[in-house]
Amino acid sequence: MGFDSLIGGTIWDQYSQKVTGLMNNPRNMGEITEEQAKAMGAKLIVADFGAESCGDAVRLYWAVDPKTDMILESKFKSFGCGTAIASSDTMAELCKGKTVDEAVKITNIDVEKAMRDTPDVPAVPPQKMHCSVMAYDVIKKAAAQYKGVDIGSFEAEIIVCECARVSLSTLREVIRLNDLTTIEQITDYTKAGAFCKSCIRPGGHEAKDIYLVDLLAEYEKEKMANALNAAGSSADIPFTKMTIVQKIKAVDKVVDDNIRQMLIMDGGNMEILDIKENGPHFDIYIRYLGACSGCASSSTGTLFAIENILREKLDENIRVLPL
Amino acid sequence: MKVYLDNNATTIVDPYVFEEMEPFFVQKYGNPNSLHGFASATHEPLKIAMEKIYAGINAPKEDSVVITSCATESNNWVLKSVYFEYILTGRKNHIIISEVEHPSVIATAKYLETLGCKVTYLPINHEGIIEARTLKDFITNKTALVSIMWVNNETGALFPVREIGDICAQKGVLFHTDAVQAIGKTPVDVQSFNVDYLTMSAHKFHGPKGVGALYMKKGRELTPLMHGGSQMGGLRSGTLNVAGIVGMGKAMEQAVDALGFEMSDIKDLRDRFEDELLKIPDTFVVTPREKRVPNTILISFRGIEGEAMLWDLNRAGIAASTGSACASEDLQSNPVMEAIGAEADLAHTAIRFSLSRYTTKEEIDYTILVVLEAVKRLRGISSSYAYAPEGHDSGLTKGH
Repeated sequence: MGFDSLIGGTIWDQYSQKVTGLMNNPRNMGEITEEQAKAMGAKLIVADFGAESCGDAVRLYWAVDPKTDMILESKFKSFGCGTAIASSDTMAELCKGKTVDEAVKITNIDVEKAMRDTPDVPAVPPQKMHCSVMAYDVIKKAAAQYKGVDIGSFEAEIIVCECARVSLSTLREVIRLNDLTTIEQITDYTKAGAFCKSCIRPGGHEAKDIYLVDLLAEYEKEKMANALNAAGSSADIPFTKMTIVQKIKAVDKVVDDNIRQMLIMDGGNMEILDIKENGPHFDIYIRYLGACSGCASSSTGTLFAIENILREKLDENIRVLPL
Repeated sequence: MKVYLDNNATTIVDPYVFEEMEPFFVQKYGNPNSLHGFASATHEPLKIAMEKIYAGINAPKEDSVVITSCATESNNWVLKSVYFEYILTGRKNHIIISEVEHPSVIATAKYLETLGCKVTYLPINHEGIIEARTLKDFITNKTALVSIMWVNNETGALFPVREIGDICAQKGVLFHTDAVQAIGKTPVDVQSFNVDYLTMSAHKFHGPKGVGALYMKKGRELTPLMHGGSQMGGLRSGTLNVAGIVGMGKAMEQAVDALGFEMSDIKDLRDRFEDELLKIPDTFVVTPREKRVPNTILISFRGIEGEAMLWDLNRAGIAASTGSACASEDLQSNPVMEAIGAEADLAHTAIRFSLSRYTTKEEIDYTILVVLEAVKRLRGISSSYAYAPEGHDSGLTKGH
């Protein structure tokens, strides 16, 4: 909050002069026909991305020299707002004179930077960064079509925030290294979620496979599991390797899960007093409570049952000794 | 030429309204609550202004028309005080609104949901209209309030407030209507139908910004949202906005006087404008004209994203509006567009032109020319009308 957030300007005030100029007079707007491509001795590529019902769509035309893979001519048509048109135009411009392999390396960030008036002032407001992503995606599509490969082959990583191009692996790493717990922290560290905000949680402008809230939840869950492990309730560590505190917790858990209820139903209960290593044996000292303390079977049937369960669940060298 | 066709957003202040307000800034600036001549000088003008506001909606004197700071305050007041009085106390647990209410109702309802209030969002039909019969199914014996706008701000659609009022009265549920877009565009008479609360805003009918009102039927007075110095009979504290109230009174008088002109001449102008726009191929209007107020057109131009159209209109000095997601701060498309536009891809291509009694024939003629030019240019850029080689599969896989 603060001064700048109180009276919003119009989004148009935040467009660079270049964006405004390109919206008014896009340089590369138009089509390339089969005939025109043929006249250049080039292969025509026509690629689409987006959909009108989604609010933005772009069609990219390339005339590619089949011998050199050079993009000889690049044109676009776009259904979209001013920034979508300006981004598409800039993208088409950046493709010209590049080989297809070079063009695939153009990112939405390159497109945005090319539209800046001064190097350190963004060309578009944060929520419009999203428009340049479409320009990036359609290049991949055109290249995939030209090379006859799957579009996925150009994307080595899963990108969670497309506006800032932050990958899933980067996000996972940064969250863990810095112990991040809020969306604001993730945005501060990585810029993910700072722009169109679709990647933060479901319900934004674009549907995603994974959201920042999922990554936070995943880390939270992981931390919980680690905390439990540290407390010694993990079944992963063998009983023999556990610390004494972990052993007591492990025994307690088995008793809670499998035994205590049975005793309580008979009006009794038990408590664990100590665990001692005795040669190859682990001696668990317990005390019966309530009805159990005077019960005949507490030193026979009940005791064997408790011992068997603990042996089965934890270690076969366990002996249970009632005091 | 500058043309203002965004009158559902706000309107020019009527020069007569401005003239009436002026003395209350540097001459008659007294606080009406004080005990001296500066204060007394405001009492008669305030009384006259209040009488005009009462007369404008035909409110009987025993009812309360409380001046607020804006329609947002009025709407918040109704929902929150109903929550305090009926829901927090456990007597009721539910309110009903429409899915296309103004954000001051929707956002308040969503906030109340976080406090445990149940909210039903009534859907609109394919013409962008709430059907009163759908309401019946949702009212329970725990429903405290129904809040449905009279006129939708995007489409200009008139909602059946009379039928809704009847249903609410039968079921013993309070009925509030946000009539912000109704004043000056359709006759508003609170005695002609069952309504408990009605919201108004001066700047939508050529009055000043920063002043609104809430009509409350006798016996239905709400717990105040603003506690303080007991102005407005203790219902809404805060030093009276003397100039604002005087302005609202005059604006109301003017709006009622001009209603006939609005419903004949402005309607004719709007209809002619709409006829011309619909001659452009691939254009759509959702709500039928007879089910709309006389000043509004929501029209979709296929293949042209709304913000792009606004851009070209603005370059030619024309002000209009779009519900397209791209033009909003948060990229969320307008719920009205979402609700009616799913099939026709309207959500991103709709432009709202809203006229006022100040709109002239010359302005409309000029706008028609500009729109034709913009459609030509933008469809020239649009991928929706672009060349594709034979057998080209657009392969649009990524929905978002």
